[in-house]
Amino acid sequence: MRHLLSTRDLSRDDAIHILDVAEDMADTQTREVRKLPTLRGKTVVNLFFEDSTRTRISFEAAAKRLSADVINFSAKGSSVSKGESLKDTAQTLEEMGADAVVIRHGASGAPHTLAASGWIDAGIVNAGDGTHEHPTQALLDAFTMRRRIHGTASRGRGLDGITVAIVGDILHSRVARSNVWLLSALGARTVFVGPPTLIPLDLTGWPAETSYDLDATLATQPEVVMMLRIQTERMKDAFFPSPHEYARRWGLDDERLARLGPDTIVMHPGPMNRGLEISSRAADSPQSTVREQVANGVSARMAVLYLLLSGERED
Amino acid sequence: MGARIVLQHADISRALTRIAHEILESNRGADDLVILGIPTRGVVLARRIATLVSEFSGIDVPVGSLDVTMYRDDLSRHPTRAPSPTSIPPRGVDGATVVLVDDVLYSGRTIRAALDAIGDIGRPRAVRLAALVDRGHRELPIRPDFVGKNLPSSPSERIYVRLEDVDGEESVTIEQGPTGDQGSSIEGSAS
Amino acid sequence: MSTPTLLIRGATLPDGARADIAVVDGVIAGVGTLDASPGAMIIDADGLQALPGLVDLHTHLREPGHEDSETVLTGTRAAAAGGFTTVFAMANTSPVADTAGLVEQELALGEASGYATVQPIGAVTAGLAGERLAELGAMASSRARVRLFSDDGVCVSDPLLMRRALEYVKAFDGAIAQHAQEPRLTVGAQMNEGEVATRLGLAGWPAVAEEAIIARDVLLTEHVGSRLHVCHVSTAGSVEIIRWAKARGIDVTAEVTPHHLLLTEDLAESYDARFKVNPPLRSAEDVEAVRAGLADGTIDIVATDHAPHPEQHKDCAWPEAANGMVGLESALSVVQATMVDTGLIGWADVARVLSTAPARIGRLAGAGAPLAVGSRADITLVDAAATRTFAVGDLAGRSTNSPYLGRTLPGRVVATLHRGVPTVLDGALRPHDEVVGAVRSVTAHG
Repeated sequence: MRHLLSTRDLSRDDAIHILDVAEDMADTQTREVRKLPTLRGKTVVNLFFEDSTRTRISFEAAAKRLSADVINFSAKGSSVSKGESLKDTAQTLEEMGADAVVIRHGASGAPHTLAASGWIDAGIVNAGDGTHEHPTQALLDAFTMRRRIHGTASRGRGLDGITVAIVGDILHSRVARSNVWLLSALGARTVFVGPPTLIPLDLTGWPAETSYDLDATLATQPEVVMMLRIQTERMKDAFFPSPHEYARRWGLDDERLARLGPDTIVMHPGPMNRGLEISSRAADSPQSTVREQVANGVSARMAVLYLLLSGERED
Repeated sequence: MGARIVLQHADISRALTRIAHEILESNRGADDLVILGIPTRGVVLARRIATLVSEFSGIDVPVGSLDVTMYRDDLSRHPTRAPSPTSIPPRGVDGATVVLVDDVLYSGRTIRAALDAIGDIGRPRAVRLAALVDRGHRELPIRPDFVGKNLPSSPSERIYVRLEDVDGEESVTIEQGPTGDQGSSIEGSAS
Repeated sequence: MSTPTLLIRGATLPDGARADIAVVDGVIAGVGTLDASPGAMIIDADGLQALPGLVDLHTHLREPGHEDSETVLTGTRAAAAGGFTTVFAMANTSPVADTAGLVEQELALGEASGYATVQPIGAVTAGLAGERLAELGAMASSRARVRLFSDDGVCVSDPLLMRRALEYVKAFDGAIAQHAQEPRLTVGAQMNEGEVATRLGLAGWPAVAEEAIIARDVLLTEHVGSRLHVCHVSTAGSVEIIRWAKARGIDVTAEVTPHHLLLTEDLAESYDARFKVNPPLRSAEDVEAVRAGLADGTIDIVATDHAPHPEQHKDCAWPEAANGMVGLESALSVVQATMVDTGLIGWADVARVLSTAPARIGRLAGAGAPLAVGSRADITLVDAAATRTFAVGDLAGRSTNSPYLGRTLPGRVVATLHRGVPTVLDGALRPHDEVVGAVRSVTAHG
């Protein structure tokens, strides 16, 4: 794997391979010594133009458990905030000998630009770009679903026949975008649920159905219900009238939680707005995978870094 | 590029039987033995040896697999290797005599990686090494404790171990490498 | 002193006839089978298509204020290389061309170049701020004789202000050239709204944001009895509305850019900001519709919207990049590829949409005149049979943000004559001192 920019680039075999390697990584994390020597001498740069402590520390943990050297480059307080361009930053990192750059950027496509630019030779991992994609989140989500559904027999398997309801602000969600392509590759069915203002108008050719009615979708007993974080700023832009109305129509409240089957998986990429898109009880319920998702994030990112950095370079 | 058969089905069985006896002898029984195979074919051999050891001693000997991919020092010289699962028997390796099993012993680098991997799992009392074939050309100070067959070979030759459970047939052959390149002469068998 | 007599031998005229063209003192002195006078310069135009010098109604020359992207001199060199002899300079310079003094300055910069006639466009509102009218009358009666006013880059979105502007320019036969973009519907917009934008996570620029403004403006134009020009029409719906307005007798004209005739939104999939432009590249159906609109006369002209940007404004993440493409050097080739080679229009139509009609809309006497005796000798000679892989070397301006680099395009400008003075010969620009001196002596003479 040369770069990881979008889950749309992954075939079913690619996706299963990454998830299987993530299983191997997860296994090593139960050992007495969790650090592997695998990427000794490799340098991973976390290039974060947007604050995201969760994602950054997850990548940092993943790189360190593989013995890579980690450099954190955050835009705040650095030359980037003084107007240095992506190009200059990339060239600086190239000179510092970065082998992989994990980039989080507010601009959709910034990782593509970096990968295609020739400014830098390193492998690029998209850690979230604008409202485009967040591929490692989708990988850890799929990994989490696979483990819940197939348990120790997960290796080599997809998510065939599984229905995943992704609920909330689809329009602005990079998590939803990365999930829909990966879930489709793995054989799962995706239903986007949310207010019409937050679901893209034209989804021609997308492997997703849409619904404006959460209760109707829950009545079909989807195996997975993934709640997305809702930004309250969206209210000011008239995407919905009030947080109260949003929570009532599209929030996973206690009453809806009670209607879910005991095996239904409740997911949230975090950080959560408890009481808005998800109730506290739902977040802490046995169906919830919120905490597993955090642990699995490290394994999935270890797998990605391993596959990006361990082999001979493919160009 | 003719293939020469060095061990046939019966030879392999005999070799494994002998190794099983030697393990029991050197360990003075089967107590605290843990047998770990190195994927892919080392795991198959480890299971067979464990079965034999259990049979001969009457004690169920724990067996597992130890993937060393993440510990290799040559990762960036080859296409990305897919790791294989590691499964350590529930008793762990602390205080045990671990017998590592691989199919072909060559440079010794795989075993070096395996020793590092074991170190991250626990602290065995002793680690022993069993190989079906030792073809020489060691690059590290590593020596097997139990060998099925010593097979002096040229670096340009390739050794192929084929096992029923993996390959559908059972033999060890020696072949002239396609380009005689030493670098790609793999330790273990072609897969 | 008169300029040397020049003879173009054996050119194909827009109507398909073959003729020699004689030029004396910057004016066409003869068209037909002609003998060269002694000492006349001969241009062998055998197999070349002759067109009246091209007129671009929509050029960003960037000077004053953004000389790192383009200057009047470099922009008019790009124009000459593309076969243009006249460019209308958009008002969004810094400072904005919103006073008589500033448009006269732009005019003077054009005269100092000589590569093409530069006709300033005045701003509609002071500073393009969309709050109060600029001094439209003063610009109209200045030496620049401005007739076309535009806030291009920004839409005159306030309906009352637009109404007043349309009404006011009636006093001097002016027109408002509207950049049709409803601002609230395009907050943060990055590319055409649709499936591709959704997939790329780029905020959408919906067709309705253009169409709603055009619909409003044609109705306002009808109501006050004025004249409207619609810049860079990009959607099928816009074509429909303009077709309706014309059928109703509303005095509206419209332009399409070469890039909207050829390129589609899926080019954004590369996140290569060379393809970022405003209005954005649209769908294949929209491209079909604007081609049909140009062919049937609903859209009157092709205008380049030549928008140079320095490298650093394109060499970055898409959402951070500037909008716009350079287009002067490639316009004729793109029109040939999309309209002529497809059989939608002939060369006589090319002469109309790229020369005669834009000059008429801009009320610019002398420019866009037919290839006939007495016309100003603005002449473009094209080798329509040539093809080239468009490269940086084909660009003559200061910026290289062309979406066509690496693309194979038909046609090549072999010679451009501005007021009888060759600005391009054998496909190469002539030196500035030669051009400016000759043009000065012609204009002083005439």
